[in-house]
Amino acid sequence: MSTETSLLETGLRESTLFRFATAGSVDDGKSTLVGRLLHDSKAILADQLDAVARTSADRGFGGAGATGSQAIDLALLTDGLRAEREQGITIDVAYRYFATDRRSFILADCPGHVQYTKNTVTGASTADAVVVLIDARKGVLEQTRRHLSVLQLLRVAHVIVAVNKIDLVDFSESVFREIEADVQKVARELGLGREDSNTGGIADLFVIPVSALNGDNVVDRSDRTPWYSGPALLEVLETLPAADELESHLESFRFPVQLVIRPQGALAPDAVAAGLDVGAYRDYRAYAGQITEGTVKLGDKVTVLSPGAEPRTTTVIGIDFAGSELAEATAPQSVAIRLADEIDIARGDTIAAAGTVRESSADLYAALAWLSPKPLREGAKVLVKHGTRTVQALVRNVTGKLDLATFKVEAASSLELNDIGNAQLRLAAPLPLENYLHHRRTGAFLVIDPVDGNTLAAGLVKDHPGDHEDERYVI
Amino acid sequence: MSTQITNEDLELSVLETDATETPTAIPALRPDRLSSLDTLESEAIHIIREVVAEFERPALLFSGGKDSVVMLHLATKAFWPGKVPFPVLHVDTGHNFPEVIDFRDRTVERLGLKLVVGSVQEFIDRGELAERADGTRNPLQTVPLLDAIQRNKFDAVFGGGRRDEDKARAKERILSLRDEFGQWDPRNQRPELWNLYNGRHTVGQHVRAFPISNWTELDVWRYIEREGIELPGLYYAHEREVFERDGMWRAVGEVSMPKPHEEVVTKLVRYRTVGDMSCTGAVVSDARTVADVVVEVAASTLTERGATRADDRISEAAMEDRKKDGYF
Ligand SMILES: Nc1nc2c(ncn2[C@@H]2O[C@H](COP(=O)(O)OP(=O)(O)OP(=O)(O)O)[C@@H](O)[C@H]2O)c(=O)[nH]1
Ligand SMILES: [Mg+2]
Repeated sequence: MSTETSLLETGLRESTLFRFATAGSVDDGKSTLVGRLLHDSKAILADQLDAVARTSADRGFGGAGATGSQAIDLALLTDGLRAEREQGITIDVAYRYFATDRRSFILADCPGHVQYTKNTVTGASTADAVVVLIDARKGVLEQTRRHLSVLQLLRVAHVIVAVNKIDLVDFSESVFREIEADVQKVARELGLGREDSNTGGIADLFVIPVSALNGDNVVDRSDRTPWYSGPALLEVLETLPAADELESHLESFRFPVQLVIRPQGALAPDAVAAGLDVGAYRDYRAYAGQITEGTVKLGDKVTVLSPGAEPRTTTVIGIDFAGSELAEATAPQSVAIRLADEIDIARGDTIAAAGTVRESSADLYAALAWLSPKPLREGAKVLVKHGTRTVQALVRNVTGKLDLATFKVEAASSLELNDIGNAQLRLAAPLPLENYLHHRRTGAFLVIDPVDGNTLAAGLVKDHPGDHEDERYVI
Repeated sequence: MSTQITNEDLELSVLETDATETPTAIPALRPDRLSSLDTLESEAIHIIREVVAEFERPALLFSGGKDSVVMLHLATKAFWPGKVPFPVLHVDTGHNFPEVIDFRDRTVERLGLKLVVGSVQEFIDRGELAERADGTRNPLQTVPLLDAIQRNKFDAVFGGGRRDEDKARAKERILSLRDEFGQWDPRNQRPELWNLYNGRHTVGQHVRAFPISNWTELDVWRYIEREGIELPGLYYAHEREVFERDGMWRAVGEVSMPKPHEEVVTKLVRYRTVGDMSCTGAVVSDARTVADVVVEVAASTLTERGATRADDRISEAAMEDRKKDGYF
């Protein structure tokens, strides 16, 4: 916690971006909490509030909301689809935006219903932190365990557990402590967060008693939970470091090439009008992409990985961004890179810091979060989208799946909707695969149905068995 | 309009990192971390490049409105020093502000782009669309839009939609699949994981791509300010003859004439969105410069659609219904 407090004290003025999502079982108050956060941080404008108040009244919402004179169903601020309002549930992720003095937030309110787990995975995949709600009256449920294992699978950096509806258990400390202990136990079983030798607890895991409906410990600390001395939810969200804010100089540069910029004659007329030296740009050739991790500097030695070709090493001679030449660039910047040697580079190739990548491989060992009602069967042909490349793949075998009750990997030969499991795939062309544990971008891929194009699974690259595999990796 | 907030108070885009200010307790933070605007810009450029790389015939919806202008600006940055490698598409309601059409044409000319126009008026003239009782033409754009997409075989269409605009937009993916009839199925969207966009589609289907999904109205204005992007003049405060209807100030023009009881007055106004003249309202404002507008938007208590769009007031789910039918 010391890290967070000191960050808070610095009062950084520039606004950086922080992405977070909600998770938890159905009806435990995720959307209400999000509505509360938006409302209390003054991110709701008058016309939105009016509209929601009208709908609440029309639908006879009788919640004892402390929002003001009228009771407002705060969940309506994010449950924007007709079907969601009719059923009073969240079906798909709603993205909302708000800012405090410190930060701009992108908030993904996810559904709790098991049927829509794929949408929760969507919301969590880009999140710097996830707020997992638990209904204080119900404690840890199967869906809570499922979501927590998804978060562990995706290695979401910070997990905040909000024990909600604390008003309905009379702000009872003992109820809270019991759930807190359960959460810690589940986290330990999953390997979520790091053990903190100072406190004996788990770092990167916060457990907060809240009432989404009434606002206790959401934006401000509540005096109805005097036994809780920790921060309110928003305080935590304001101070956690986002993934992109963390020191990335230790990471190696990775750059999947999106496309080659080679205008030949077709220079941008506005650039020419602004004085671009047409002669100098006649043979311009640069590789456009977004840096997925690390930093690149002029003069750096880089290796180019293309399928079917030997890795080639060359030097960075230019980092361009829309007319400015940069001396260095860092993730997640989108830039265009020029190289010293004329080598054949195309979309799907990867440029990486020299000497930091291992050989591309056509054998893919993976953990999968299966998101489709169509089950995964051994022998199936699928597509794998990794970075800027899509290749065909054969499912050689399914090597196990996670049992939510025990968090143990059980033998399995297929994966069904919402299963988390391990599989081995054979790719039609080798890819520069890297372990997801250390490379959140180059270790991630999609499994796509070649027939209808739908996304079947979120995939995470594991080490080859034998390469000192992390036993716990499945989750 | 509140004028208490100054640009300096907001200080959102300026990144003054002073290493001495940061205590050693947080060595893990990058001193050069990107500001939120830079992060959003990078994300949008990544999306634009992905779509261009993976689709055969993309096009960009360009109305001359601020969101589409920002999108086009991002496209020029994505492919610099090359030309923007796709045409722009405008669905003309026939009720446009003349200065916006003029701006559109100048922009297209300046960037050397091809402009495809789908005309609501032509569909009405041919009897394929009927004028609505309320005179609003925004909802009529869907048919000419889908027709232009089909006729030109566009397989991906960039839109300037932002998730903060409306509760149905808040639910849409960055790459959003549309069926043969251009329909959006909000209950059955593909999972969209990390920044890996799945644009696979079958013949007849197409994809709408929203590179500035994660931008807010304030982000758009701060970006316009930072980049010095030119916009049609009506986004800034100017004197105009207006009359009040449905709680909004409507410009007096050929297609929006006051009724006898609606008094015409001259006011200092500006537009927060520019669309069909028959349903877009102005707001009273003295924000004459982009810096003034940034301050005004930051202090605003109404959303841009709530303040200025009659078409969204039709029902609780007006936007969702239009989107399901193939609207932008
Ligand atoms: N008393 C009390 N009721 C709450 C609280 N938070 C939420 N509720 C109520 O719990 C019900 C469910 O709330 P939602 O916010 O829709 O739940 P959700 O988790 O978003 O549901 P799904 O998204 O469908 O999984 C609503 O009736 C809320 O008013 C709380 O802190 N106290
Ligand atoms: Mg919900």
